[in-house]
Amino acid sequence: MKRMSGYPEYMQESLRLVEKTRPERIGKTFPAMTAEEKERILRDWHPDYKEESKRPLRIGPCKGQVMPHEVADILEAHPAITPDEIDLTDIAYDLDVLVIGAGGAGLSAALLAHENGVERDRILMVQKLRLGDANSKMSQGGIQAADAPDDSPTLHYLDVIGGGHFANDPDLVEALVKEGPDVIKWHEELGVIYDKNPDGTMQLAPGGGTCRRRMHSCKDYTGLEITRVLVDEFLNREIPYVEFTCAVELLMDDKGQVAGSVLYDLDSDEYLIARAKSTVLATGGFGRLHIQGFETTNHYGATGDGIALAYHVGARLRDLDSTQFHPTGAAYPEQIVGQLCTEKLRGRGAQPVNKYGELFVYPLETRDVEASAIIRECYERENGVVTPTGMRGVWLDTPLIDIINGEGTIEREFAAMFRNFKKFDIDIREEPMLVFPTLHYQNGGVAINTRSETSIPGLYAAGEVAGGVHGKNRLMGNSQLDLYVFGRRAGRFAAERAKKISLGKLTLSHLDRYERWLAEAGIETDRRAPILLPEYRGKRTLEHQLKLL
Amino acid sequence: MMDDEVEMVTIYVMGKRHRVPAGLTIMKAMEYAGHQFRRGAGCRGGFCGACATIYRTKGSYKLQGALACQKIVEDGMYIAQIPFSPAEKKTYNIEELRPDAGVFLEYYPEIARCLSCNTCTKACPQDIMVMDYVQAALRGDVEEAAKLSFDCIGCGLCAVRCPAEIVPYNIGQLARRLYSRHIVGPTEHVLKRVREIEEGRFDEEIEELKTLDREALQERYETRERRL
Ligand SMILES: Cc1cc2nc3c(=O)[nH]c(=O)nc-3n(C[C@H](O)[C@H](O)[C@H](O)COP(=O)(O)OP(=O)(O)OC[C@H]3O[C@@H](n4cnc5c(N)ncnc54)[C@H](O)[C@@H]3O)c2cc1C
Ligand code: SF4
Ligand code: SF4
Ligand code: FES
Repeated sequence: MKRMSGYPEYMQESLRLVEKTRPERIGKTFPAMTAEEKERILRDWHPDYKEESKRPLRIGPCKGQVMPHEVADILEAHPAITPDEIDLTDIAYDLDVLVIGAGGAGLSAALLAHENGVERDRILMVQKLRLGDANSKMSQGGIQAADAPDDSPTLHYLDVIGGGHFANDPDLVEALVKEGPDVIKWHEELGVIYDKNPDGTMQLAPGGGTCRRRMHSCKDYTGLEITRVLVDEFLNREIPYVEFTCAVELLMDDKGQVAGSVLYDLDSDEYLIARAKSTVLATGGFGRLHIQGFETTNHYGATGDGIALAYHVGARLRDLDSTQFHPTGAAYPEQIVGQLCTEKLRGRGAQPVNKYGELFVYPLETRDVEASAIIRECYERENGVVTPTGMRGVWLDTPLIDIINGEGTIEREFAAMFRNFKKFDIDIREEPMLVFPTLHYQNGGVAINTRSETSIPGLYAAGEVAGGVHGKNRLMGNSQLDLYVFGRRAGRFAAERAKKISLGKLTLSHLDRYERWLAEAGIETDRRAPILLPEYRGKRTLEHQLKLL
Repeated sequence: MMDDEVEMVTIYVMGKRHRVPAGLTIMKAMEYAGHQFRRGAGCRGGFCGACATIYRTKGSYKLQGALACQKIVEDGMYIAQIPFSPAEKKTYNIEELRPDAGVFLEYYPEIARCLSCNTCTKACPQDIMVMDYVQAALRGDVEEAAKLSFDCIGCGLCAVRCPAEIVPYNIGQLARRLYSRHIVGPTEHVLKRVREIEEGRFDEEIEELKTLDREALQERYETRERRL
């Protein structure tokens, strides 16, 4: 009984080797690396450690901070608008709390601002795409929270800070791990369906770099399930929102506070003024900047707008030198290259193996180490499989999942993965996936404190746009947690602030200042930021140039 | 793409003819043809439903639906996107509702008009048994409706095809929240841990970790017991 293979003929031999070694690999694993080995492999093979892929920023309060060229490019760019284009007296929205970005962080902030006494009509959500169409919806694997009897926030703390290479802000980590269980409780009250065991306890999986099973999931649609519940609740509260509208610059007042935003309506191409006592930046990450030419797992709107907006008003940034490459993005078929193959596949037993069907890495190293090992296997040891478009990848042996956990596990727990590969005739119950690291997550961002305040009064940040929680490397499941912990805090403290402060006269003079910074640094460019939408028209559709290798 | 011998196909985007490389998704093909999406693109990975598209292929009378980010173009395909499906989502307080058929009939009375024609199921790009979850809701089987609708990404394709003008995805959403909130309920060990944290059970331990220098902390990290 031989099934149809979704892979080309020339890969069949390698596939046979994977199949052949599979029985011997059951119950076996590859030893985890020592601290020294990890350090070495990161230095030699992690894209982040390539000096020539980065440069020190030349302007502003964080001058000298090293970051990828693609990120420095949007910071060393002209603001998207000039003050003389904008009439600051024509106020379209007068608000207590403005929330920018309707992913998990923004939705949480809006809900909590409302619960903390801001009238709904004094809140506005602006969102570039549709409500919830965001990285938040795409999370498959899950969300961490230390609520199991054999687990504790203390152990979670150790995992987060060790995983982040001790560069995290300890206070933010403490807030994250202590509020984890409460976030899960909140979700369940709102009606999120988490996976549970027959006895009613949470079904928990391990993740890369965790010392306990701590990953809560909603099949492999975790982000979809949580986000759509939050959107539903947001709509129930009848909080005003505008979709297909972007924050294109922040506003300030003459007292040095952030005072809302200039909005850009993608349908009418008009600018609108939203004046607000508190502004929450929840614009997510920068995957669509395609750092070093990598494909990305991120949604269409992930163009790093938030860091540009925040830097224009002089907010402090941090840890942008580190970018997360997810070890397992699809390397084949071409149509879905770069898309995420969730880490939970490895959590449930799938093993990365090379073209000979051999194990070469412990499957649950932290993401940066796991990614480096895959790159090394493909490019130093030449043990990868080359795709028809010249990409390389290793096998992620998914059939093991059903063998280990029982038939039906893949269909039940990995419905999305199963479906997405099935469309291309690859049945991941029978055949492995071909994977290679993909650009996944902005580890750093706008610096915040435990109240989600940035360094500029009136500006809050939460979620992927913010930095400090995860240090130099984020563990799976901690971003989903971070969104709600710091999104809720942003909403609450933004509401509190709005009750206390008054705004002065609106200004965009910070944009003139930014132009001066550029001029003083001798930067001549026609780049503008934020860029709002990525550019894929014409032959760019087909580009895959890994500058890395 | 191997640029020496790329096979090209012809597609019609809202009637306009374009030659595009075979093998691209509808989304990438439209970009290749010069579109920059504002509406109609979201996750680009089959998770958000922003890219609902209807099409007909050469020689077929069939009007079909698909996700632009998942569907590969075919030669002679006529394509139109439906980035928005007009539908009213009712507002409710989930806490106060009861998980029975009455809720669905109260908020979405049109559900009673379901003809069991199965058009919705055939339209669903996620291969969900849409009719079955609508019928389950009608019977008051909240659990079944929640489970069957779980993989719904809210693309709206079922709603635009339903002859009874039902909006299945709104019904699925209501069913899932009802199921979790009122049938499954909270998780005991989660509530217990929240109480422990509120009582300050872990404060000292974490405070102590925060006083350690980098080396001592790293030592703790490396030697922590893994119990997976
Ligand atoms: C495929 C994938 C899988 C993942 N899996 C996991 C996982 O299993 N576990 C985990 O913990 N984490 C996971 N993550 C990471 C996590 O989901 C994201 O980091 C997180 O959802 C980001 O949430 P956010 O609210 O900060 O931003 P987003 O959810 O991205 O929301 C930001 C929103 O703001 C909008 N926006 C951007 N700029 C503007 C602007 N100028 N004006 C108005 N709106 C704007 C964006 O379009 C977007 O809709 C995953 C990420 C991806 C991409
Ligand atoms: S049930 Fe309807 S809205 Fe949901 S995915 Fe299927 S067709 Fe789309
Ligand atoms: S398309 Fe409408 S009427 Fe037909 S089965 Fe589905 S919900 Fe019922
Ligand atoms: S863009 Fe999200 S499903 Fe297609």
